[in-house]
Amino acid sequence: MISISNLHAKVEDKPILKGLNLDIKPGEIHAIMGPNGAGKSTLGNVLAGRDGYEVTAGSATLNGKDILALEAEERAREGLFLAFQYPVEIPGVSNLEFLKASVDAIRAHQGKEPLDSVSFLKKAREKIKAVNLDQSFLKRGVNEGFSGGEKKRNELMQMMMLEPSLCILDETDSGLDIDALQVVAHGVNAMRDPNRSFIIVTHYQRLLDYIVPDYVHVLADGKIVKSGGKELALELEEKGYSWLESEA
Amino acid sequence: MTDAPTPVLTDPEANQEIHQRFKKEYAAGFISDIESDTLLPGLNEDVVRFISAKKGEPEWMTEWRLKAYRSWLEMVEPDWAHVQYDKPDFQALSYYSAPKSMADGPKSLDEVDPELLRTYEKLGIPLHEQLMLAGVAVDAVFDSVSVATTFRDKLAEAGVIFMPISEAVHKHPELVKKYLGTVVPQRDNFYAALNSAVFSDGSFVYIPKGVRCPMELSTYFRINEAKTGQFERTLIIADEGSHVSYLEGCTAPMRDENQLHAAVVELIALDDAEIKYSTVQNWYPGDEEGKGGIYNFVTKRAVAHTNAKVSWTQVETGSAVTWKYPSCILKGDNAVGEFYSVALTNNYQQADTGTKMIHLGKNTRSTIISKGISAGKSQNAYRGLVRMNPNAAGARNYTQCDSLLIGDQCGAHTFPYIESKHPSAVIEHEATTSTVSDDQLFLCRQRGIDTEKAVSMIVNGFCKEVFKELPMEFAVEAGKLLELSLEGSVG
Ligand SMILES: Nc1ncnc2c1ncn2[C@@H]1O[C@H](COP(=O)(O)OP(=O)(O)OP(=O)(O)O)[C@@H](O)[C@H]1O
Ligand SMILES: [Mg+2]
Repeated sequence: MISISNLHAKVEDKPILKGLNLDIKPGEIHAIMGPNGAGKSTLGNVLAGRDGYEVTAGSATLNGKDILALEAEERAREGLFLAFQYPVEIPGVSNLEFLKASVDAIRAHQGKEPLDSVSFLKKAREKIKAVNLDQSFLKRGVNEGFSGGEKKRNELMQMMMLEPSLCILDETDSGLDIDALQVVAHGVNAMRDPNRSFIIVTHYQRLLDYIVPDYVHVLADGKIVKSGGKELALELEEKGYSWLESEA
Repeated sequence: MTDAPTPVLTDPEANQEIHQRFKKEYAAGFISDIESDTLLPGLNEDVVRFISAKKGEPEWMTEWRLKAYRSWLEMVEPDWAHVQYDKPDFQALSYYSAPKSMADGPKSLDEVDPELLRTYEKLGIPLHEQLMLAGVAVDAVFDSVSVATTFRDKLAEAGVIFMPISEAVHKHPELVKKYLGTVVPQRDNFYAALNSAVFSDGSFVYIPKGVRCPMELSTYFRINEAKTGQFERTLIIADEGSHVSYLEGCTAPMRDENQLHAAVVELIALDDAEIKYSTVQNWYPGDEEGKGGIYNFVTKRAVAHTNAKVSWTQVETGSAVTWKYPSCILKGDNAVGEFYSVALTNNYQQADTGTKMIHLGKNTRSTIISKGISAGKSQNAYRGLVRMNPNAAGARNYTQCDSLLIGDQCGAHTFPYIESKHPSAVIEHEATTSTVSDDQLFLCRQRGIDTEKAVSMIVNGFCKEVFKELPMEFAVEAGKLLELSLEGSVG
């Protein structure tokens, strides 16, 4: 699915990613944990093509395609989705309007006609319900005045609408109440598919009780410093990250 | 603006790329190949008399114009607005231009020059089609003469008068005499005085007592001829308890030199009447270097009598320089005034626009929602006056002024003036300035939406409160216009 090799990237001349390797096969779920400031969000931003992040070495291919050469919107159309750690508001642009533009842009890339409004609405209603938000959220401005948890659920809703092949969830579980956590977990599990992969960035092992990952990685100082199965998360919960530094 | 017109290019080698650019930059920027009857440049009493004679005006109208002309001679061009431009040379302008085929005046739509009709079609206003489908009555003013007024018969049944003002002078002199210049006096300001002297045509509307106008009324203005000024005059009278919605659209071809547009619009809403006046202004804004474009110096004012309501909605994307303050005099008790505005400036455009709400009656209410969008190197100023007079007990105003900046070379300015002479009057003012943020753009792009579409979506979202005041088909057009006007402003 995605293959990241020796990835180096800097922001404002400051090296953040320092030789990161990660290989994810179709259908797998990889959890990434690691201390604050390690570069987890940076990884998501670099993969998604955010301006201001300069790749200085290494490569990343999505389904065999060199994605680093593509514009951000092209990467999205190729099936890469990033659920933001801090979702931004777009006042006055309704969720529906935004999603329609998004869905149609992706369909156009796939050579498909725009989705007719009846099917689109039906799907949007279904998905907003699946993330346990009221239908009225469809008409509200994108994240406009949403609570922290509502924003996160809205990100998930967008992911469900777009059906991407690689989903990167950056701390989608942070700031969620217990019920919302279940909603997110349920949403991800429902989307699990042999042709879809997930990168789940989280600080809490709790989420991984509900979304059982195939692999857990520790990202520290711009590199993957340890990888393991789901039991690694438990170990981290117990011991923290400092023991890894001495090991490395 | 559904159909992008083909620009007239002199160089046959002109390649596809130029063609595309023309289309994108200013979709209405074609020049019609119509023979026209244009007066030599210059202004003096004889020119004023000529214009009046050309229209076969009665003596009182000629005198009215001359009086305005003499006032104008004593006035100086105002320079308090936050705009900079080379003052027009009023002796170098032509004050009258009419397509030649109009000389005898068309008797019906079939007699109108087909080239002229094609021009309107390029503007997206197929007159024939509108006659049958749209339910919109259109009065199209091409340079200085009204070309065709559609739907007249249907309106006449309801007792509504909708015709070129030049015709109203003949057919309804009592109404014109009674109301012309009562809201915007001849001496009101420099441009209003000039307009009063030389106005060529415009629309006249009268809605009888208690009548709800059966359709939206609409006028399209277009300046075609080079080196002409356009001076339309619009007069709308809504008699007691009547209701009318009026739309105004404007375009002009691309020309290197600046063209002057100095219009006057007067609205009179008698007791319990309601007038809704919407404008989508898309005059040529000049090129990327700031060359050419329309100088848009317009005086628009309404008077609202007891329980009457006047609402101005404007979407301004064009013109090199805009100087425009649609205002309401809330004369009667409980009168309501509203002003909803979107003013977008790009490249070197300058806009100084806003409103005046003059509260004279008790419990009068006004709402001002102004959305200014600046991109490129443009300057965008909101200037608003809210005045509560000594008798305006219980009057209220709410003003919201939002600015959106795209890029870091443009400017937004807010100049609110508040004068309250009654202790019970309430004035609320809110202002915000925001930018189209990188975070917002990235969110859109991450969802597959390209930058241009993202900017237009964000800008449209910013304008939503104003767009929802526009009639449906205008709101769509306004959205598209913003998109066109912002081409290339990001990235
Ligand atoms: N635009 C930027 N300008 C300067 N420094 C930046 C920028 N973006 C990220 N950084 C820095 O890069 C480092 C990695 O940040 P990143 O957001 O990737 O960390 P993270 O692993 O996601 O942390 P957290 O767990 O707190 O979310 C931090 O030191 C951060 O301050
Ligand atoms: Mg982070």
